[in-house]
Amino acid sequence: MINGVGRVIPESIAGIKNVKPYINPFSYVPTGHLTGPAIKVNKPRSEKVLSSIEQAIDASGLKDGMTISFHHHFRNGDYVLNMVLGVIARKGIKNLTLAPSSLNTINEEIIPYINEGVITAVETSGARGKLGQLLTSGKLSKPTIIRSHGGRARAIECGELHIDVAFIGAPACDTYGNINGVEGKSACGSMGYAMVDAAYADKVVAITDHLVSYPLFPISIPQTQVDYIVQIEAIGDPKGIASGALRISKDPRELLIAQYATAAIEYSGYFKQDYSIQLGSGGASLAAARFLKEKMQKQGITASFGLGGVTAPFIEMLEEGLIKAVYDVQDFDIPSIESIKKNRNHQEMSASFYANPHTGGPIVNQLDVVILSATEVDVNFNVNVITDSNGVIMGAVGGHQDTAAGAALSIVVAPLLRGRLPMVIDQVHTVCTPGETVDIVVTERGVAVNPLRSDLKDNLKAANIPLMDIEELRNIAYEFAGKPDPIEVSERIAAVVEYRDGTLIDVIRTTV
Amino acid sequence: MLQIIQPSQAGTVESNDILIILTPVSADNGIHVELTSPVLKKYGRQIKNVIQEVLLEQGIEAIHVSANDRGALDCTIRARMMTAIDRAKGEEELG
Repeated sequence: MINGVGRVIPESIAGIKNVKPYINPFSYVPTGHLTGPAIKVNKPRSEKVLSSIEQAIDASGLKDGMTISFHHHFRNGDYVLNMVLGVIARKGIKNLTLAPSSLNTINEEIIPYINEGVITAVETSGARGKLGQLLTSGKLSKPTIIRSHGGRARAIECGELHIDVAFIGAPACDTYGNINGVEGKSACGSMGYAMVDAAYADKVVAITDHLVSYPLFPISIPQTQVDYIVQIEAIGDPKGIASGALRISKDPRELLIAQYATAAIEYSGYFKQDYSIQLGSGGASLAAARFLKEKMQKQGITASFGLGGVTAPFIEMLEEGLIKAVYDVQDFDIPSIESIKKNRNHQEMSASFYANPHTGGPIVNQLDVVILSATEVDVNFNVNVITDSNGVIMGAVGGHQDTAAGAALSIVVAPLLRGRLPMVIDQVHTVCTPGETVDIVVTERGVAVNPLRSDLKDNLKAANIPLMDIEELRNIAYEFAGKPDPIEVSERIAAVVEYRDGTLIDVIRTTV
Repeated sequence: MLQIIQPSQAGTVESNDILIILTPVSADNGIHVELTSPVLKKYGRQIKNVIQEVLLEQGIEAIHVSANDRGALDCTIRARMMTAIDRAKGEEELG
């Protein structure tokens, strides 16, 4: 069958339950009730702290065929996922589904466990490097399921992704299982993704390198959800967890893109007192934050809230009173981690509060403006952020689908060419975010407004930016680089890309 | 027909450039292009076409071309090929 973005989705896919094709962003209406974790009991004065990861795995009852989860707040400094899987592999447990909130390059270490059958299925927001290549190779018996951050929270809460054992890297944990992310040598800030796992997994194991006496506060993940605690030497490498504040780009192309994006926001009709905004962590996004700040100061406009994926420019604006509050699911740098620790107006939120479409309403629904990046955009405004120019998984959907759908104005920024590769093309290799939810595409050569948003196009006429049809952007790119050949793929489906509501927006086939 | 008499190279492996290495072969061996590129799937065919075109224009019918592409545009590939051929003929003017 052909779905709402024109992709061929088979009626059934081996290893995927209940294939539903994507139709449009809000057409799927869920029914039924949320699921819940196994009921727990803990008698007074019983001990949760165990002496090793192996003991915790034994206590959790982990068996062949179960599903385990991890969170990716430690980013490329994460030690927990690799370490726990090493212990699981040595115990001879097989056929597990690995369901982390995302995977980073550092997790390449687990490739042998996939090859040996310890892990036979993966559900994640994305993957990079050799791990991305392996997931695209079709070697796993089940297709990998790619979900957005909101989609993952939804899948967990409705029972589509049932977690048997969640392993939570805890920067600070007390002896009864209260956890926060802001203290200890491996502080990562918000624990937003892990909150959902802790609330819905049958068993929860906290792994910490900063065990403190009871009680720990503030509490991000409460003792009521945590079964076992293990103390180890280090749960992550602080240098990989958070960078220092990134310097603003000096790349003239990124600066021009940022300048156009900022002008688009200014004239969009949404740039007014108490607007709200989310920015990405890419170079153009960070530069746009700087430009936007200047415009806000000049025009005396303040924002009601900022949302993220939080970076230092947001923290500056929060501290200078330009943003009233910041809602935070993940931190990228040290200033952000410091801020969430000390600033009451910097609030931690769960991935569900952030972006889960099947709730009373995630915060993305309240968002006015978001700036997003892209690997490829097509003339229908569909965006790919998951596969590279060879059709191989090398990125993550993250909050892309969620914020594009929720925000009143979603802006995608990308250079028109990366090396030889045009970023605006006829058809993206993989649709992650449907064009219907993308309003403006900004490149250094021109800015295209989605024809569905003629209101915006009228507003932007005054912005003094090079407006053009998206086909024109594609043509300029093809003039430089030539029209790219399509990537040849086989029939074998290596991965499916879920839309945030659980329908299938695309499939990733192995390349030939 | 032009006979390439000595090995030569032109270009770099900086992004958006291409490193061309030409090696003479005997006349009956024909043209051989060995291409590595990060954009092989999308542009490999077109890069090879440009290389073949330049060889044809220069009347070269037997050569081994090693092309290490880093995302060069056609104009760059063409320029690097021309320079490499000049050097292989030993005719490049210095200065």
